[in-house]
Amino acid sequence: MADPNEPARPVPAAEKPRDWAKALGSTDHTIVGSALYEASKTVHNKRIDGAFRRFKWLVMVVTLAIYYITPWIRWDRGPYAPDQAVLVDLAHRRFYMFDIEIWPHEFYFVAGMLIMAGIGLFIVTSAVGRAWCGYACPQTVWTDLFQHIDRLFDGDRNARVRLDMAPWTAGKITRRGAKWAVYALISLLTGGAWILYFADAPTLARDFFTLDAAPIAYGTVAILAGTTFWLGGFMREQVCIYMCPWPRIQTAMLDEKSLIVTYKDWRGEQRGSLKKAAKNPDQYGDCIDCQQCVAVCPTGIDIREGQQIGCITCGLCIDACDKVMKDIGRPRGLIDYATLDQCEAEAAGAPATPAWKALLRPRIFIYFGVWGAIGLAMLFALGTRAHTDLTISPDRNPPFMLLKDGSVRNAYTLRLRNMEARPRDMEVAMVGLPRGALLWTDAVSVENAAAVQIIAVPANETKVVRAYVMLPPGTDDDDSEHFAFRLTSLDEQRETAVAETTFAMPEDD
Amino acid sequence: MMANKRVDEPTGTETVGHEWDGIEELNTPLPRWWLWTFYACIAWSAVYVVLYPAWPLIDKATAGTLGWSSRGELAKEMSAADMARQSVVEKIAATDIEKLSASPELMSQAISGGAAAFKVNCVQCHGAGAAGYQEFGYPNLNDDDWIWGGTLTEIEYTLTHGIRWEGADQTRANYMPAFEGVLDAGQVGAVTGHVLSLSGKAKGNPAGATIFAENCAACHGPAGAGLPEVGAPALNDAIWLYGGSQAAVRKQILAPRHGVMPAWQGRLDPVTIKMLAAYVHSRGGGQKAAPAQPVADAAGDVAEVPKAENDG
Repeated sequence: MADPNEPARPVPAAEKPRDWAKALGSTDHTIVGSALYEASKTVHNKRIDGAFRRFKWLVMVVTLAIYYITPWIRWDRGPYAPDQAVLVDLAHRRFYMFDIEIWPHEFYFVAGMLIMAGIGLFIVTSAVGRAWCGYACPQTVWTDLFQHIDRLFDGDRNARVRLDMAPWTAGKITRRGAKWAVYALISLLTGGAWILYFADAPTLARDFFTLDAAPIAYGTVAILAGTTFWLGGFMREQVCIYMCPWPRIQTAMLDEKSLIVTYKDWRGEQRGSLKKAAKNPDQYGDCIDCQQCVAVCPTGIDIREGQQIGCITCGLCIDACDKVMKDIGRPRGLIDYATLDQCEAEAAGAPATPAWKALLRPRIFIYFGVWGAIGLAMLFALGTRAHTDLTISPDRNPPFMLLKDGSVRNAYTLRLRNMEARPRDMEVAMVGLPRGALLWTDAVSVENAAAVQIIAVPANETKVVRAYVMLPPGTDDDDSEHFAFRLTSLDEQRETAVAETTFAMPEDD
Repeated sequence: MMANKRVDEPTGTETVGHEWDGIEELNTPLPRWWLWTFYACIAWSAVYVVLYPAWPLIDKATAGTLGWSSRGELAKEMSAADMARQSVVEKIAATDIEKLSASPELMSQAISGGAAAFKVNCVQCHGAGAAGYQEFGYPNLNDDDWIWGGTLTEIEYTLTHGIRWEGADQTRANYMPAFEGVLDAGQVGAVTGHVLSLSGKAKGNPAGATIFAENCAACHGPAGAGLPEVGAPALNDAIWLYGGSQAAVRKQILAPRHGVMPAWQGRLDPVTIKMLAAYVHSRGGGQKAAPAQPVADAAGDVAEVPKAENDG
């Protein structure tokens, strides 16, 4: 242990350190003994009703509805684009989301959305703690769903605990079989809905059942169904506690001003039953040690040990405790959303602060400002982006071509991008070359070379054209000439795009 | 060591019993499913080792009971790609080369196939951009100057039979006589001047014109326009296979170089040759077949024609 010669450092008495370990770090999985591995305990959480439970129901219904219904929404984009509202068309490299269509070169929009999602999590975490974990995370939503299935088949907490310990009789096997079949059905639907985002939903759904879909579709469904079955049906809170990185990141983001679910120990301790409290009212706090907060917890922790990695901040223990406090006629909020600072102030005798006041922090406004700025910038970029583009790659090998009559030809690969969902004629012209420069493409023979060419570009496509530019003999230039191709869409928009390039010439000998 | 185990008070967890400068480690147990995952990986690896190539031996690894190999996989993918191409290959084989352009899709497929074959078989001499190397006399295939003709049919013929290729009966061949010792230095200078004057690079002279008419015009034409049927290059244009300087032209008159191109018949299948012709033709200088133009297939008859160069 510590060096015996080193004098013990005195702890200043006035500055009693807050019990951080208890507040933030303690774990529910207290093991004393030499066990290297810990058997996981199934959490049989009790049914509860209350404000947070209802909110959880609402979020679950909304998120599941979004997930399952979205691929079926139709969105008319005309005859040249798919009519699915949200579609990730990997085969054609297009991402459709209602009126927005993202091309691969615009992947920064997707990156921006991911950044917004990230900062959004920061906002939520600094404002209301791990609300994402508690309500909206797919792992939470599906775990909640599966726990309701458990309740439906096996009854509430006590019945489930009993059934768990019961021997494997025919009745139990039947029950488990039926329950796991429902798990499997939900899992298959989950995996099945996923693939619908990547192809035309009605067609794919039909093909899927007639066994005409691509093997990758079946593989994806199998993998997602398998992971849903395993993670939602069996791993549940183990995912949050051991697998997910987000709780670790959030641990770093929470501080004493973050809203978390807290047990107000200054009010609850010393725990004791109502009988004991009636005998010695001064000795006992409000907590009657009824264990209801533990019973309802979906991750099976005891919130009275303080904030911990297993707490997903779903607030069900608040519902449970409030109900008990109401029944025994004590004020609600023994377990409540509060910041550690608020708890400390209350413990010191200050009046309770409403939880929403914790939202008024500079950090939240800064996050929100950044988040909003990125969102507005992306909206602006989306609204003003051109639907026409031109890129040029000049042939480098050879850079120029001397022809029989002494004229010089350069070859270019033009990429004409038409981001409108209709075919368009586009005019390609050269800007900055001497008179007499001629342009033709591999679709137009050299006899039809002219100063401009009109090219039909199919809807929603980038057309690749090999183009040739020729300068007549004797053009006064011995090096290379900068010029540009100008693309003009021949429709009412008359969008233009200009791409600069060079015309290479032989050196005079 | 074990005796130092103690229960850490704030967390209620036992320590592992080690201590380094006052730092102790809590013995937080792993979940047991983690252990099972580990065992499952071991079991998986045991199965994998049996099924797939695994143990390295002296010259190769153990084969594995599934018989899988990356070479086998490649062969499978290649044959699958060949199968996928089969219909296109058959269509190209069945289409006359001059009629390929009637189907833009087939033409573009032929050009793509030709581009791939070009990278494997042709770039060694003609370069990746098909621009050739003037210093070696490998001709540029992008320009509109064709010594042996630039229609699809003529290019295909050149590819099939080669140029001056020994062992190919129908190879394109001609030989320009060396004028070393035939013409004296003054005459060579005069004719060089005349040749350069045909393309406006020098002033003409009557002596040179006379020598040219007597010795050169038979193949190169009176105005130096060349004769693709016999592979006589045009001398009145801006393109010079072995260089257009006075020294280079003079050297070619005195001791002509004769380039050689392999015959690809027998080395490449006819469809690949056809696709290569389409690719070379598409590089920007391809000529259209004139309806009445005779096909330059009389290469065997022109072996005695003076002046020679090769072109594809």
